Amino acid sequence: MIESVGILGAGKLGLVLARLALKAGFKVNIAGSGSPDEISLSMSVLAPGAVAMTQADVIKQSDVIILALPLGKYKTIAVDGLDDKLVIDAMNYWWEVDGIRPDLDDVHKSTSEIIRDFLPTNRVVKAFSHMGYHDLLDGSRPANSSDRKAIALAGDNRDDVALVEEFIDKFGFDPVYIGALQEGIRLQPGSNLFGANPTKKELLELLNHFSDSDLGKRLA
Amino acid sequence: MIKKTSKYTFGIDSFGDLATKEDGKLTSYAEAIRLVTEEAVLADKLGINAISLGEHHREEFAISSPEMVLAGIATRTKNIKLASGVTVLSSDDPVRVFERFSTLDALSGGRAQVILGRGSFTESFPLFGYDLEDYEILFEEKIELFAKILEEKPVTWSGRTRAALKDADIFPKTESGRLETMVGVGGSPKSVIRAARYNFPLMLAIIGGDPARFAGYAELYKRASEEFGNTPHPIGIHSPGLIAETNEAAFKMAWPLFKQSFDKIGRTRGWAPWTPEHFDNEVQSGSLYVGSPETVAHKIARAMKVVGAERFDMVYGFGPMEVSARKKMIELYANEVIPRVKELLGEK
Repeated sequence: MIESVGILGAGKLGLVLARLALKAGFKVNIAGSGSPDEISLSMSVLAPGAVAMTQADVIKQSDVIILALPLGKYKTIAVDGLDDKLVIDAMNYWWEVDGIRPDLDDVHKSTSEIIRDFLPTNRVVKAFSHMGYHDLLDGSRPANSSDRKAIALAGDNRDDVALVEEFIDKFGFDPVYIGALQEGIRLQPGSNLFGANPTKKELLELLNHFSDSDLGKRLA
Repeated sequence: MIKKTSKYTFGIDSFGDLATKEDGKLTSYAEAIRLVTEEAVLADKLGINAISLGEHHREEFAISSPEMVLAGIATRTKNIKLASGVTVLSSDDPVRVFERFSTLDALSGGRAQVILGRGSFTESFPLFGYDLEDYEILFEEKIELFAKILEEKPVTWSGRTRAALKDADIFPKTESGRLETMVGVGGSPKSVIRAARYNFPLMLAIIGGDPARFAGYAELYKRASEEFGNTPHPIGIHSPGLIAETNEAAFKMAWPLFKQSFDKIGRTRGWAPWTPEHFDNEVQSGSLYVGSPETVAHKIARAMKVVGAERFDMVYGFGPMEVSARKKMIELYANEVIPRVKELLGEK
């Protein structure tokens, strides 16, 4: 049972996820790159209820951890205490922020696998990564709404995937499981899903045409 | 004509897109720059309050040196404010930025406005020899130095990103004693707090999604200003738009222009291409101000109300738009949209 959500990263994406988690009734703990003081004012205004704390405290006090840092900074994640935690990876390689990083642009390894290999936990699920942050914020809808949007997820462990599916649903989106973590590459920049804002039906359709996308062609 | 006593400011904004000429060909870069100059002269005549020109270093856009174009505009206009939108301070030198804009301020009789930002593109970094790894520190240090320079007294400063200064006096001084400076922000709370800390007015670049989500940023700016003991300044919004006589004409013209431009930029970032649904959402409830003067006026008024903004700058002439349609759009904006927005905001 997930009651508390920890978010690492207090930028645009971290903030939106914090708001969605609060709206869904979770307790929210959040850490930015600096001290909690640096983000406490932003949180009190933009995501009232989210508690700013250190990374270590976020990890200690939360049932699930969402990674919303710039991907290039993944090695700054405080891994202590992550051993058995469920981690949701919402990050993407974004060269304009991360710089040119061939290590993060490997067509044979999804970036979520890089994260899984780095973290002490194997419980990594990729989700909330392919939709633009303002579409995420504006698109949250109750179940069965006709205009509800979908979020794809990828993960190796079926129980964890089920937890994250439930979680996505509570955030106001239809979950669409696309396969093991390595399949998460189909959600990365350059895919036809990246930056799209699809319904479940549209998402499934986009997956069918992945091979036509820029990334699909690179993978072929 | 637009009344000058209004508390609101309305501007137009361009990056110097290459427009489509009557013969169907694209303008050259030089022609695009001269076109913006003519449009600024027209905007000044029609009473539009400001023109902002953004610094880019990409093939789609002709303007890489906004203040050079603004200097050309300065000597041919009377009232219009001459702004950059934005000046990418991270990859520039604060001393030179001040020198160029205080020169522009002199030429224009005090109409220069610098809008400092980090920009939504990063190609200036490799071009000028900066490392993206230093993205944060470059802006942080340079805005600190720029804030000192603005006091127009000898500056002593040292940091990591440029040579130290000791009692360096910088010229020309402005006639007003203060070069008008704002900070352009795209949605990073940290940047909002930074603007508040240095007591700079805030320009919110809202290029997608419901503008209502920026109401929180306006509140954050006010709260942070108070915490730093500063008085918050009025807030501005910058968003793209296209105005034509009717909604139908505007939608029809805008869809291919916006799709082409956003898809081209998006592709380098790995974004999926725009769908008609995405465009419709942006027009209906997002941040594309596309439609007839009445439609666009309502949308602007709503955005200004919900954010609490007192300035609105519309990015016009997006993509390879026809020269005549650009001119028409500026006329509709000045003659119909702006007066109607003021009316909707309760100003007669």
